[in-house]
Amino acid sequence: MDIPRGRVTAVMGPSGTGKTTLLRLITRQVNADSGTIVVAGQKLESLSRSDLYVLRQRMGMLFQNGALLTDLSVFENVAFPLREHTALPERLIRQLVLTKLQAVGLRGAIDLMPAELSGGMSRRVALARAIVMDPEILIYDEPFVGLDPISMGVILRLIRRLNDALGLTSIVVSHDVQEISTVADVVFLLSGGKVVAQGTPQELHSYPSEIVRQFMGGLADGPVPFHYPAPDYFHELLDRPGET
Amino acid sequence: MLKDLWSSLAESLVSLGEIVHFLLRLIVNVPRALLRYDLIVEQIFNAGALSLVIIMLSGLFVGMVLGLQGFQLLQRFGSEEALGTATAIGLVKELGPVITALLFAGRAGTALASEIGLMRATDQLSAMEMMAVDPIQRVVVPRFLGGVIAMPLLAAIFSMIGIYGAQLIGVQIMGVDSGSFWSQMRASVDFVDITEGIVKSLIFGVACSLIAVYEGYNATPTAEGVGTATTRTVVLSAVMTLFLDYLITAMFL
Repeated sequence: MDIPRGRVTAVMGPSGTGKTTLLRLITRQVNADSGTIVVAGQKLESLSRSDLYVLRQRMGMLFQNGALLTDLSVFENVAFPLREHTALPERLIRQLVLTKLQAVGLRGAIDLMPAELSGGMSRRVALARAIVMDPEILIYDEPFVGLDPISMGVILRLIRRLNDALGLTSIVVSHDVQEISTVADVVFLLSGGKVVAQGTPQELHSYPSEIVRQFMGGLADGPVPFHYPAPDYFHELLDRPGET
Repeated sequence: MLKDLWSSLAESLVSLGEIVHFLLRLIVNVPRALLRYDLIVEQIFNAGALSLVIIMLSGLFVGMVLGLQGFQLLQRFGSEEALGTATAIGLVKELGPVITALLFAGRAGTALASEIGLMRATDQLSAMEMMAVDPIQRVVVPRFLGGVIAMPLLAAIFSMIGIYGAQLIGVQIMGVDSGSFWSQMRASVDFVDITEGIVKSLIFGVACSLIAVYEGYNATPTAEGVGTATTRTVVLSAVMTLFLDYLITAMFL
């Protein structure tokens, strides 16, 4: 898999196919059993812990539920990476936080606590936190799960706008075919832990493969079966346990 | 059966090894965590100051019971004046550190374990990792140190209030002579007795805080997992406290 610089790359696939694992591998939250992963020219498995932390400062990640620190306010959450990694004066930190919150449209929520935010708002705050260190790579783990259509539209627009305005490389893991088709430049389709198709969203819609057609068309049955493997249905219904 | 016994023994040895390994990881991170003393002060407040009410109330009642029971017992031998010595030694060497540790496990230990466990369950620890912030250094070590520092202070306050409670019953109500209550206490409580109490509460502080942060940090990231971690924190802390208490008492003899 080659993820192009400066583009929005989508990683799609049915649930349980290894998308989130792939993200964890790219960020080395887990170690790869075999193979090599190169991020920004550096081989991940040969990095020491401190080098990995230096590399991670060039990455931002948006977790599925936002993962805001619940004991800190919105302002402190966004300021958190700055306070941990820089010795900037308070005035500058405030200005940076305000700019990032303005970019996600939540400057007005600066004093709220995470518990007071809706799902979509938490994710936008988390996005502001992810870009506050001006990363080169921004990773989104299922950014649309559980959002209403309006919030989803907001996040979609943000992914595209941030990518183009900040010159980022974005990686979006999702299984929302329609949404992702509007925003992604390149799509990788995973199934059973392997890449089964890649290309632009348009190319994938007309891809000559059963599994791709099933996934893109949202068909209930196909190469990915509707039924979880089970013994024969009629036998099991007629079977009387305890009797011989 | 022997096989089962062997495998459960092996399992407990492995988990003991894991806890010791975790402790070493914490210790390695202590020097850098000390630079952020504001985080530690915050945790001393959380573990210590917020436990003050329960510690002071319990200390008072334990002291009052000691005053009553001690007076009853000593009266039989006609040596009520020794009440001060008896309660002070009992509190400083035993009851202060032990009951404080048990209360600490119930009040602060559970809070630590469930807080860290929930941070794990809601990806907050992973998010810190991704922001290149080591959660051990930023979250776990300050909480651990806060507990270790708070415990001896709480035990000292417990013993002090306990002695006051014993005095309240023995001297004010039962009529033991105030002068002999205090002077016998001062004459017979040695520096060694106080040292024993301090050593105990320090070791209990390390044990209880370590168990709480370990259980929280390694909790299964589900509601049930956090619940189990909290329960295990209380049970393990209580058993460890009493076990260590026996060991340290034997060592000081």
